[in-house]
Amino acid sequence: MRRAQRGRQMSARRRLSLGERLVIAAPYLWIGAFFLAPMLLIAKISVSQSVLARPPYRPIFEPSDGLAAIWAKAQTFSFDAYRALMSDTLYLESYLSSLTIAAVSTLITLIIAYPFALAMARAPERLRPMLIGLAAAPFWTSFLIRVYAWIALLKDEGLINNALLALGLISAPLQMFATTGAVVIGIVYSYLPFMLLPLYAALERQDPSLREAAADLGASPAHVFLRVTLPLSREGVVAGALLVFIPAVGEFVIPDLLGGSETLMIGRTLWNDFFSNHDWPAASAAAIALVAVLMIPLLLWERARLADEDDAR
Amino acid sequence: MSAVVSWARRATLFMGFLFLYAPIAILAVMSFNASRLVSVWGGFSTKWYAALLENEQLLHSAKISLAAALISATIATLLGLLAAISLARFGRFRTRMLFFGAVHAPLVLPEVVLGLALLTCFVAFGVGRGFITLVIGHVTLTMCFTTVAILAALRDSDPALEEAAMDLGATPFGAFVRVALPQIAPAIVTAYLLAFTLSLDDLVIASFATGPGATTLPMRIYSQVRLGVSPQINAISTLLLALVAVALGLAALVSSRRARRDGQVMTSRARAPDNAS
Repeated sequence: MRRAQRGRQMSARRRLSLGERLVIAAPYLWIGAFFLAPMLLIAKISVSQSVLARPPYRPIFEPSDGLAAIWAKAQTFSFDAYRALMSDTLYLESYLSSLTIAAVSTLITLIIAYPFALAMARAPERLRPMLIGLAAAPFWTSFLIRVYAWIALLKDEGLINNALLALGLISAPLQMFATTGAVVIGIVYSYLPFMLLPLYAALERQDPSLREAAADLGASPAHVFLRVTLPLSREGVVAGALLVFIPAVGEFVIPDLLGGSETLMIGRTLWNDFFSNHDWPAASAAAIALVAVLMIPLLLWERARLADEDDAR
Repeated sequence: MSAVVSWARRATLFMGFLFLYAPIAILAVMSFNASRLVSVWGGFSTKWYAALLENEQLLHSAKISLAAALISATIATLLGLLAAISLARFGRFRTRMLFFGAVHAPLVLPEVVLGLALLTCFVAFGVGRGFITLVIGHVTLTMCFTTVAILAALRDSDPALEEAAMDLGATPFGAFVRVALPQIAPAIVTAYLLAFTLSLDDLVIASFATGPGATTLPMRIYSQVRLGVSPQINAISTLLLALVAVALGLAALVSSRRARRDGQVMTSRARAPDNAS
């Protein structure tokens, strides 16, 4: 589009033309109504007081009050919910525990996925499409069902315990189900395809002649791997790690189905505060804090990408 | 390559695929177990499948989920296409960062956050929750994925081709439809399938956004699963897995035929899941 070309050359912010406005209107209105407005609303609820009612908070102000009135009432905002976030350690603990569980799971996923992806990338070329198809296929199946499948394996009277008992390796069932370890297994299993695909992509496009050159120059196979293969696959490692880590932090289904009562994860804590404890202001405050923590890196990343685009021109 | 290395690779592949597929395979086998218990094999039986057909609630939920997925994937793909065009082609317009952030937010935010924001909004404005709010929730959730998938393809497509079409007298709209759209068509299909799958599978957003009349299949499965392993759930899970397996098999067949016809190596298939993630 010629117009867009001209726009891209201008570094200053520009106005959209009528045609462009027609294109952007529908998605903009949608996210305005169903993302931005709800976010503003929970920001508002997060400064309200919790009450036992339906809805379970006392509105501080109405948008119809007008700006002056809202400002006057702003003096009466309740920051109880935010203060509670810091003093009542449940949210902070849940968040830190989510980060830890997600980090450990991501590391284990990487350790399992790397040799797997390497074996796929070095398989005969005619087999590779089939292998990658098989590795990606679970992604299209139901997440819930894949997590559910592990319940039958991990339970006290489940298949793993039965097999171990039958083999005489253990005398009493191991407690695996309803533990934090089970949550880690669930995350590793569910997110493995997300790690495999970028790793495979990064490993497959490596030029084999680089490895041959290193070997010709006297590098041992271990050396070739550490000095050539691994550094060249860094992009795939980073992409895969992000694709596993980010959704794992906010995971609800896995800790709820496989975790025990001591498994704290932020998604589950939010859910419980909302549905069971009906503490909407607390849940809203935590949600707003999460939005801030998660959105800032994303926006900085996009800004850096745009700057790169400018440099490239 | 030494024999040891190639043997180790084969073993790695075997273990990897065993890890990926064994739990699903065990689930499928268990769905034919006549016994209720996981640990006891009570003989082969299809009674749990027969019981499924009489479970009106479950069938109704399956219909709701399917309808919601079809409608929300359609809307999300259209909105995603428009959002991707805006982000790829409109340069640095005002409020671009706001638009970018809001479109991409569900990608990084926990689903629970989006769900509770939507629910409080529906409650505050007195909107009765049901099928429509379910679709709204799913479109909002999946739109970011469709946008990302289409945006990647648009960035890869060559704007010079569109410019050439316009130099030859095409309108910007005409040039887009005739030149850019065919280039990004595979990404649009991927985006649709992605949105469809995510909607069909979603538990969290549905739990917040839907009402009593429109309980989705994952919600039913979830409420049963919380009570423990159930043979009927094994049966419906196996059916769903079989459905995906057939669909993927067909897709692989079609794309390998096309690849053979075009005489090109299947780079597109290796790339498609990349877009998807």
